Amino acid sequence: MTHALEIEGLTKTYGSGFEALKGIDLRVAQGDFFALLGPNGAGKSTTLGIVCSLVTKSAGNVKVFGYDIDTHLSDAKLHLGVVPQEFNFNQFEKVFDIVTIQAGYYGIPLKKAAVSAEKYLKKLGLWDKRNTPARMLSGGMKRRLMIARALVHEPRLLILDEPTAGVDIELRRSMWAFLEEMNRQGTTIILTTHYLEEAEALCRNIAIIDHGRIIRNTSKRELLQQLSLETFLLDAETALDNVPELEGFSCRLDDEGVLEVDVHKGQALNDVFLQLGQQGIKVVSMRTKANRLEELFIRMVEHNAPTAEETTEGRA
Amino acid sequence: MNAQALFTAYSTIVLREIRRFTRIWPQTLLPPAVTMTLYFIIFGNLIGSRIGDMGGFDYMSFIVPGLIMMAVITSSYANVVSSFFSMKFQRSVEELLVSPVPNWIILAGYVTGGMARGLGIGFIVTLLSLAFTRLEIHNLPMVVITVFLTSALFAVGGFINALLATKFDDVSIVPTFILTPLTYLGGVFYSIDMLPDFWQSVSMVNPILYMVNGFRFGILGVSDVNPFVSLGMIVIFITVLSFVALKLLERGKGIRH
Repeated sequence: MTHALEIEGLTKTYGSGFEALKGIDLRVAQGDFFALLGPNGAGKSTTLGIVCSLVTKSAGNVKVFGYDIDTHLSDAKLHLGVVPQEFNFNQFEKVFDIVTIQAGYYGIPLKKAAVSAEKYLKKLGLWDKRNTPARMLSGGMKRRLMIARALVHEPRLLILDEPTAGVDIELRRSMWAFLEEMNRQGTTIILTTHYLEEAEALCRNIAIIDHGRIIRNTSKRELLQQLSLETFLLDAETALDNVPELEGFSCRLDDEGVLEVDVHKGQALNDVFLQLGQQGIKVVSMRTKANRLEELFIRMVEHNAPTAEETTEGRA
Repeated sequence: MNAQALFTAYSTIVLREIRRFTRIWPQTLLPPAVTMTLYFIIFGNLIGSRIGDMGGFDYMSFIVPGLIMMAVITSSYANVVSSFFSMKFQRSVEELLVSPVPNWIILAGYVTGGMARGLGIGFIVTLLSLAFTRLEIHNLPMVVITVFLTSALFAVGGFINALLATKFDDVSIVPTFILTPLTYLGGVFYSIDMLPDFWQSVSMVNPILYMVNGFRFGILGVSDVNPFVSLGMIVIFITVLSFVALKLLERGKGIRH
């Protein structure tokens, strides 16, 4: 089956000599919900920029649904919808015009474009603002406007570069629900995000990029299985004064009297509850100390950190 | 994209451009109308009445074609350079870059948008000139062809300027330091017959001279240069500049990293 996105040996060296990508290989299956993660400056936006024709590549191949961007750029673009990191619409144009003009660029006549624009502006809660100039919208509305604009030509592959940056939690959750619905309906989605809980909640497959190289590319499930230790926070019904004795587990109390328990891979949480119950301690709530993916991400990126020599070389 | 889709993309760019300059008409349509009216009053009426004939016509009649052409040139150029550069500045040019619109449609759309403003201004200035003089058109096809081609040429020029510009200063440098002097020295206000031989020869390398004189020939029937040479020069300039603009677009100059 043709991949939604296929990248081979992609490199990018900017005019300044900075090598942003050092040979990226990546495949995203049709219908996937894929996360491209990495620290700032890792090469995420450059990779997606090349796929979307906003950045010129130095070498390598990129195919979108089998269409090579070197030989069939127009066909590749027809299948792509892009939501960039920064607002990139004309601030003086009205919401409805921004979306229908974008459809026009894809060759969609105004009548048809108007129907599609209405559909997505309604779904994203912007229909009431259709005659408002874009500059008058709130930050969250502007983000949703960019999603509506990216979808107006019904692309099969939607690329989102940090779509929920600066968006409040409630809106973020509603955007997640919308994206999940789009994915269920068959749209392949690739996103970059700094909110690792976002990637954990939405994506099935994850690639981690750092210093212009893919350092991990696997399923979220497989990635999370690598986590050998998780720390859980347990709230007792009554505040604990002393650290309880838990055989086989390392635990401690934090400043607010919350019990922190380290659970290694293969250990059962039931044992923790059993032992606490035997000591008369009733647990009323439990949560993980850190986002699981975040823990893994930090470990991987730290492990991949450049040596002092590499850093100096990069600056030279 | 098939032919119909290409036409839709082209008309989308053109309509967007027309909507833009009509929405901000106090910045785009009103100033040239006011400026040209002042030229008509001061140079044509007040000073012109003391100058007497120029090229066999009263001074007002002589400068009207040049002033119309000056307005067309300035507006066609300004529309494209300001619109495309502000798209670059706001990054809304990315809307076009991610879409499947071919480069030649982008260029054609912007040039048509610039022509729409240039020709619109030309029409307004022509109407205003009727309040000061009678225009008897000597050769209508020549008038129409010259004004269309000149407008297209400067719209392409504005597009190249916008691609190469990296800051707002770059947008005003060419109109201020190149376009305006060339227009003023392009025979708008005088016949180059009045100049010493050396300066006549220098004037002949000014492309705007050919456009002003081609247009003047269409209206008055007099010209400092062969009007067909004028048309030929304009066509050559359009071809060369369009080629340059398309090459710059292909390389992503100023728009892709």
